[in-house]
Formats: sequence, structure tokens, C-alpha cells
Amino acid sequence: MSGKLKIRVDQDKCQGHARCKSLAPELFDLDDYGNAHEVGDGSVPAGLEDKAWLAQTNCPEIAIEVTEE
Amino acid sequence: MSDSASVMPAHPPVTDWVNDFDHTDPAWTENPFPIWDELRAASPVVHTDRFNGCYLPTTYQAVREIANDTEHFSSRRVIVRDERPEVTRNAAPPITSDPPEHKPAKQLLLPPFTPDAMKKLEPRVRAICNELIDEFIADGKCDAAARYTKYIPVRAIAHMLGIPETDSDLFIKWIHMILELSIKDERMLMEAVQEMTAYFAAHIETRKQHPTDDLITTLMNATDKNGQPLDDSHVLGSLRLLLIAGIDTTWSAIGSSLWHLAKTPSDRERLIAEPELIPTAVEELLRAYSPVTMAREVMKETTISGCPVKPGNMVLLSFPAANRDPAMFPDADKVVIDRKENRHAAFGLGIHRCVGSNLARMEMVVAIEEWLKRIPEFRLDPAGQVTWSQGTVRGPRQLPVLFGKVN
Repeated sequence: MSGKLKIRVDQDKCQGHARCKSLAPELFDLDDYGNAHEVGDGSVPAGLEDKAWLAQTNCPEIAIEVTEE
Repeated sequence: MSDSASVMPAHPPVTDWVNDFDHTDPAWTENPFPIWDELRAASPVVHTDRFNGCYLPTTYQAVREIANDTEHFSSRRVIVRDERPEVTRNAAPPITSDPPEHKPAKQLLLPPFTPDAMKKLEPRVRAICNELIDEFIADGKCDAAARYTKYIPVRAIAHMLGIPETDSDLFIKWIHMILELSIKDERMLMEAVQEMTAYFAAHIETRKQHPTDDLITTLMNATDKNGQPLDDSHVLGSLRLLLIAGIDTTWSAIGSSLWHLAKTPSDRERLIAEPELIPTAVEELLRAYSPVTMAREVMKETTISGCPVKPGNMVLLSFPAANRDPAMFPDADKVVIDRKENRHAAFGLGIHRCVGSNLARMEMVVAIEEWLKRIPEFRLDPAGQVTWSQGTVRGPRQLPVLFGKVN
């Protein structure tokens, strides 16, 4: 559990439900059409791990990958 | 609805739900949850000969498979009716569009409905809620469905489209004709669509002379992928969709939420003590009381969750039943007001995700916040009766409540 987390939004799966942006605005952003992408390179700053998992477990399209580096 | 009873061919009451289901049966309208549990226990996909043949996926998994399969399942018909009216081009794009036409039609509508765009609309929605509450709060009671939840979405979408909020009752009449009465009387569909088309055509003509800053003008100025302006039939179809889809859906969602809070003091008290929990609660109320059931038409033979599915049949794509699947949601039959993991499908799954989901969520949060601020104590009126809409969209149409503590 000590590894750093990284997130990625699968652009083919995202349908713009925007749950991730609502739950973890520090980690996700939306484009002009409301579709999501990870902020920066997707590295999850320390302290925001729970929010990364919360976003992942609330995405209806299962479009968010969380990996441990 | 009694005014239309004379033209509705009666459906025989259902005695065998597994082989002869009917989503317009009074038992389904009143309390569909045990019916869905019974059907889900029987099979992931059930079939009825009613409606000229219709399947119902009963599990979250089966609903997801169908929603993501645009090869075998078409959106050209999205309401299950007794008759299959002829398919018309540009009926209501993008909800009635399949790939490849779907994506460009949807892209046009997405920017005005982003969460940021909804933040700009939020103050107007908050004001609408308070204007409505002002009208009845002194009475100590109200029909919350007829006086409150009904008018929030219709006024908000009218505001966005740039049409008079005072025409709200006209819009509600059309929607009732299209979504409920037309299931058993096709003429209602034709009549409502003709009236709506004439109404919007007049607004489009006015804007050709005097452009305004609203969604109608945005659509009129939109271009397709070749840079050509949309033809009038596309603009009119999308306007019909926004009006139909944006109103009784959210009316139902807010209504079911208030119904739940009226009869569940512990959840009500928790949201008053922790208003920051309201957005989480809204997701759970959306899951437990999802208003919208969509439809697909089977185009090619396939199997869904191991069940054969044949062309010529419709599919009742029940997101509400999917959201009650215990294989997907622990305690699926309970409202867990602070549920943390919630991949509910209330706004659909796949490419047809509801374009207005951010609007609906904002309206629900604001409507519940403003109600609880001004009417923190309320309960179902024992002298009144709660009634539910039938068919495609489910929510309370009469919701009599009394304000204040029980003496």
C-alpha cells in the first residue's frame, strides 16, 4: 500500500457522466463536451488516494483505471 | 388520466409476470420492485407477447450488455408502445440516433449541459424553487408533485431554451401525451408532435430576424461535420427531445426523493444536519428510484446473458431494474443515504448517456436543499393519496404532504 497511485481515464469508455470530476475535482478535469480526463500525468498526490478510489468505484462506465506504481 | 380512459384499449391484467409482463399494469405502476425481483430470479432476460413482442433485461449485467451493443439493438424507437409508429428521420436526435449519425448529433448538445454551464443556471433554479415554495408554504401543506417538483425542471429548461416559463403547462400537456397516453393511443403522439413542431417553428422564425442568447439560437447556428447548417427538421427534433426529456424525468426524480424523505425522518434529519451529504444522497435516490426506462429495437439475432434475443421485438431497457440488482449493489432494496460506491445507471450506460444528467443532478440537489431549508419537517398526508405515473417515466404525480412536526 506504500506505492504511489496513478489514474487514467479510458477515452473510449468515458461517456461524460462526470462523477469523477464531482467526487475528485483535484484529479479529473472535463473537456468542452463534458468528457473526463486525468489532471496532468495522472499521478495522485499523497493524501488524495481515497478520492482516486472513490472516483473509480463510482464511474458507471468502468472507464477509470487506478494503478499502483 | 381518467380523461383519456375511453380511448385506451384495456390491457388484460397480468397474472403471469415472468411470461407476460406489462410495464403499464397498475401493479407495476404502484410498486414495481417486487415484480423486478421475481423476474430477475426467473431469468436475466424475460419476454412478453404484449406490445407486439418485447424483452426485459432484469440484471445490471444484461442491461449493460444491451446498452453497449448498438450493432444488434437500435435506438430508432425508444418507447415501447402497443403499436410501432413508422420510423421518421430526425425524430429526436441524438436519443433516436444510431452510429454513425449519433455522435455528431450528440456533440452539438453536450457543451450547453456541462457541469460548468449548469453552475451558471443554478441561481435561476434556486430562485424558481423559492418562488414555488412561497406560493404554498403558508398553507401548512401542499401536493408537492403538483405544486413543486412539477415546475422546477420545466421552468429551468424553458429558461435555457429561451421560451416563456409561463408556457409550462402547455409543455407538460405535450409530454403527458407523448410519454403516457401514446402508449395505447398513437394519435396522441401525432397530435402532440404536430403542436410542438408548430410552437418551435414559430420561435425559430422569430430568431431568424432577432437572434437571442439561448439554446434555440445555439442549435440554429450549429453546423454538421461538413460545416453545413443543420436542417430545420434536425433542429426541431432536438428541441422536441430537450423539452420532452428534460421535464417529467427530473420532475419524477425530485418527487421520488421528497416522497422518500417525507416517510423517512432519519434520512431527512441527517441531510438537514449534514447538507454536504445531499449530492451523495441524490445519487442513492437516483439509484433506488430511477425514473427512466428506455427502449431499444432488436435488429439482429444475438444472445444476452445467455438468452436468445430475436429481431422484430422491442426491448424495455430498464435502468431502474438494473439499479435494484443485488448482484451489483449490496442492500439493493434499501436506501443507504450515504452509499459510497454507486455505479448506478439512472442516466443510462454507453453512448446514449443522458445529455441532461448534469442539469438533472443540479436541479435535484438545489430542489432538496431549498425545500429542506424552508420545510425541514414534513410527512405524507394520511388523508391524501400518492399516485405514480405510468410507463416510460416513473415518479409521483400526486404527493400530498403536511408540514411541521406531528402533534
